[in-house]
Amino acid sequence: MLPTMLYDDTFVDLSRLQFAMTALYHFLFVPLTLGLTWILVIMESVYVMTGKVIYRDMTKFWGKLFGINFALGITTGLTMEFQFGTNWSYYSHYVGDVFGAPLAIEGLMAFFLESTFAGMFFFGWDRLSKVQHLMATFCLALGTSLSALWILIANGWMQYPIGADFSVDTMRMEMVNFVDVVLNPVAQAKFIHTVAAGYVTACMFVMGISSYYILKGRDLAFARRSFAVAVGFGLASILSVIVLGDESGYTLGHAQKTKLAVIEAEYETQEAPASFNLIGIPNDKTMEVDYAIKIPYALGLIATRSFDQEVTGLHDIIAENEARILRGITAHDYMVRIRAGDKSETLRADFEAVKHDLGYGLLLKRYVVNPSDATPDQIKAAARDAMPAVAPMFWGFRMMVGIGIYMLGMIAIGFYFTAKRVLDKKRFYLKLMVLSIPAPWLAIELGWFVAEYGRQPWAVSDLLPTFLAASELTKADLIFSISGFFLFYTVLLVIEMWLMVKFAKIGPSSLKTGRYHFEKQVAAPAYPAAE
Amino acid sequence: MLFDYETLRVIWWILIGALLIGFAIADGMDLGVGNLLPFLGKRDEERQQIIASIAPHWDGNQVWFITAGGAIFAAWPLVYAAAFSGLYMALLLVLFALFFRPVGFDYRDKVEDPRWRTSWDWALFGASAVPSIVFGVAFGNLFLGLPFHLDEYMRSHYEGFLLTAFLPLLNPFALLCGIISFAMLSTHGAVWLQMRTDGAVQERARKTVRILAPITIIGFAVAGLWIAYGIDGFHIVSQQALDSDSTPLEKVVERAPGGWLANYSLYPITIAAPVIGFVGAILTLLLSMLHRPGKAFLTSALSVAGIIGTAGLSLFPFIMPSRTIPNSSLTIWDATSSHLTLTIMFWVVLFFLPVVLGYTAWCYIRMWGKIRIPDDTHPKQSGY
Repeated sequence: MLPTMLYDDTFVDLSRLQFAMTALYHFLFVPLTLGLTWILVIMESVYVMTGKVIYRDMTKFWGKLFGINFALGITTGLTMEFQFGTNWSYYSHYVGDVFGAPLAIEGLMAFFLESTFAGMFFFGWDRLSKVQHLMATFCLALGTSLSALWILIANGWMQYPIGADFSVDTMRMEMVNFVDVVLNPVAQAKFIHTVAAGYVTACMFVMGISSYYILKGRDLAFARRSFAVAVGFGLASILSVIVLGDESGYTLGHAQKTKLAVIEAEYETQEAPASFNLIGIPNDKTMEVDYAIKIPYALGLIATRSFDQEVTGLHDIIAENEARILRGITAHDYMVRIRAGDKSETLRADFEAVKHDLGYGLLLKRYVVNPSDATPDQIKAAARDAMPAVAPMFWGFRMMVGIGIYMLGMIAIGFYFTAKRVLDKKRFYLKLMVLSIPAPWLAIELGWFVAEYGRQPWAVSDLLPTFLAASELTKADLIFSISGFFLFYTVLLVIEMWLMVKFAKIGPSSLKTGRYHFEKQVAAPAYPAAE
Repeated sequence: MLFDYETLRVIWWILIGALLIGFAIADGMDLGVGNLLPFLGKRDEERQQIIASIAPHWDGNQVWFITAGGAIFAAWPLVYAAAFSGLYMALLLVLFALFFRPVGFDYRDKVEDPRWRTSWDWALFGASAVPSIVFGVAFGNLFLGLPFHLDEYMRSHYEGFLLTAFLPLLNPFALLCGIISFAMLSTHGAVWLQMRTDGAVQERARKTVRILAPITIIGFAVAGLWIAYGIDGFHIVSQQALDSDSTPLEKVVERAPGGWLANYSLYPITIAAPVIGFVGAILTLLLSMLHRPGKAFLTSALSVAGIIGTAGLSLFPFIMPSRTIPNSSLTIWDATSSHLTLTIMFWVVLFFLPVVLGYTAWCYIRMWGKIRIPDDTHPKQSGY
């Protein structure tokens, strides 16, 4: 029994819209959590080692802002844990044997640690010894970064699905090598890149808000120390983000190669090492880059880390897609015969030989009910469509990189000013720093766009097309849920931003210790010598 | 591999059951507290006192829910796929409600305005009550079978959309299960408050147990009779070997009156579960009235485990029966992950679950003690 209906593009687009919306929204809160927790660990370590109370105040105040952000991180994370099942039901079945494992491990290894010790961080100040509390903060930070590790192992597998094999009996991908899944080079590259980007976000956040206090001339000792911690951690992080960019994973697997070629608008395969299109206007019709400014050798070096490996161009990728679609049609035919009850051993052997292209055969289900009925034109169209649009990828990537380099500049300058002890006088820099607070978020959201839109038309690269992965819901269901998410998320975001701005403006005075700017009119107790 | 596929499938049914029971005991406690918050706390200080009793723990407790979701994905991918999409509206309702818990706990005390705080108190109530009820309703519908079926390619299909999919879930039996779930978790929360608070809140909590525990007991008994006489159970007539691949379309399933009680005559030891459910709830009521909230909390946890265990054992080996095409029902024999994945995940759980329980217990111990309304002798504790 084959599905008798063609897939409804609008419905699939709505499903994708909902996932993109909820995931990008979730990731407004995650990066700050990733980085701020480690900044809290650094500040509290200084407190524990030196006994200087100002560092405890710093831990508590930045912890308060962390909490406002963390609440929405948890809220929006709930959606993500269940959304594969609600909206990507066939995906969940098709790859759950592999993909479910890292998600479950994330819960057991990371979320429990993070959430249990988040409670201790906030409520344990009076109940735990200094060292115990520091350990609790450390566990919170560790849990947060571990959760990023496991979700990126899951995500990395979608980009480059290794360690698994398709079973025609169960109609799904099944795990064959768990170690391969965990040590997936694409996942590891993404992990380093993503957590380092989170660290940068928190550093820019602390630097920006500290700059505001310095500009206002308030709580200078507090602000300078906070800035110093953030700028040091930030410099190490931004260098990791840029040097260890996850392009290193883009040479692995056909879909990743496609993504790389699309990002670079590399229509023709060049001789190694390929030159890099710094800027230009990609033209999908003529398949050329108009007005391109090229940097010789750069792309080959960045992407392959070598002088002799080629970066495959889109013309060649389309030709390869076509060949794989033809084999995919054969694979699909064999699969249908096996599923219909043909027990022949040779048929099974034939299927095993071509099944790695089954996904390409499935791409045709957007055009025809039965892939073997596809016309040559439809096959050509499917081969041509098996890649994302070039322009948004080309520009999205360049904007992300541009913002990254801008942040490197800001952090490096801030580091220099801090080292020279002249930060307070650099008012233009401080103002620019306040205005730069949104920059890391912009870069990160663009990064996710490039990574996931760049995976299209696949839900899992080369295996499962996105349009097949969606649940059998109706457009009405989707419009309802998207409206609900939009409504609740907007209300919560407004409240969160309002509280964040309110407490950032009050600053450490919100701790009600009597030591800070807005309280000093009343009394001005100095810092206790040490505790 | 240490265990054969068949054994491992049973082990995983126990592990998922343990995670769900863990969720109901840990997070169910603070859902129950949320259900009672606006009623047991009359003044702002009292509501702060109530929230303070769960504030350090609710977040860790909620991870039981998330982890149960992840574990179902890893161990029963077909169930994860079919259940959450088939119950789309119900799950959205739970998610939308749960959104307000993290923000409610964290943001409530950040502004002094009483309107702000009262709004968050009611938001926390809704965020606790909706999931408390919907979880019960969902379990109730499992006994009746869900309207889904699988096609040749294991794609799941459902009946209806929006309200036409959702309203049929609100049938009398499922609503009864929703009431049991609400009463059970609220009793659990009330006993917790009786144990961890003092003064007016403690006394009100004790009075609440006197109302809610009997509702749980009577509801559980009525549901048992209803299942015995009013609902056709599901029964596997024939299926492939229990250690073969997960191919859920190769079995034949029939419905039979009283079918959900079959396991109790087949394996009489399983009667222990409903007995623990009943005895636990009755002891909770007595111990609470006798001012022994610590022991009452333990018996309440036992009762929760017994009641959920009863539901699981009655359904065994079914996880998700299909009302529309019974042969599409998902069971522990044909909806699991591969042998390899189940093995790996078994070791992962075996290692991490004790670690999690260990540090969770440590945190509870460090935070232990009566929560009092702050005054001259009891300074305000640190918070968000």
